[in-house]
Amino acid sequence: MKITQNSTDTTLTLILDGELDASSSVLLDNELSKPEILRNQKILVDCRQLNYISSAGLGVFISHLQTFQDANVKLVFFNMQEKVHNVFEILGLDSLMTIVPSSAEAEAA
Amino acid sequence: MKQALRISCTRRNLKVVRDFVSDFLTSYQLSEVQINQIVLAVDEVVANLIIHGNGEDESKHLDVRVGVQDREFGIELEDTNRTSYSPGSYQEPDLQEYVRIGKKGGVGMMLVNRIMDRVEFTTHNSHNICRLYKHLI
Repeated sequence: MKITQNSTDTTLTLILDGELDASSSVLLDNELSKPEILRNQKILVDCRQLNYISSAGLGVFISHLQTFQDANVKLVFFNMQEKVHNVFEILGLDSLMTIVPSSAEAEAA
Repeated sequence: MKQALRISCTRRNLKVVRDFVSDFLTSYQLSEVQINQIVLAVDEVVANLIIHGNGEDESKHLDVRVGVQDREFGIELEDTNRTSYSPGSYQEPDLQEYVRIGKKGGVGMMLVNRIMDRVEFTTHNSHNICRLYKHLI
């Protein structure tokens, strides 16, 4: 799992590359746990190269979502592969989280 | 057709099992989404067995056997741990509540139960076997 970050004044984009499972999800959790992340207005998660997500990866997003909402930080997923989107759908997380098709829509969200 | 694999109980082997199951399923004309669902369900149970059942003790092993009979995929996961992992009193969680309290785990078996047709846990003479089944459409 590789996580690349692009940052502007108000937006942090996380580019996820690889497989997010019980072994690798700690890397993502460490990034999302940094206090300075709450200075952003938006966290955009580019999932184009995210080939797999298990409950451990989903759990990281679930565990930070309320903190982000309380701090008015919007979490938006985009470029998600169909098989990964399907995992969010199985649990109904697609209705609790913002998932859009493209980067343009993520920036406008 | 049946295939088998033995792994030691470390998280690093989760991908080994995923690739093993995915490779096995490639000859059954399934979509990428269908293969990913089955691989995910297996990965969730294997992660629980490695982490919770065997405490990530690399000296312990997990035997994995897969097969298909009459278009039904079946997988057996067997360990010899004295304390068996078996979510017998499983209740489907409230995800909105999980979000509210910031809970990190607990949705793995929800995925397994929603994806697979049958999930069985048995223990016999300190051999714990989990069997998962899914009809291949």
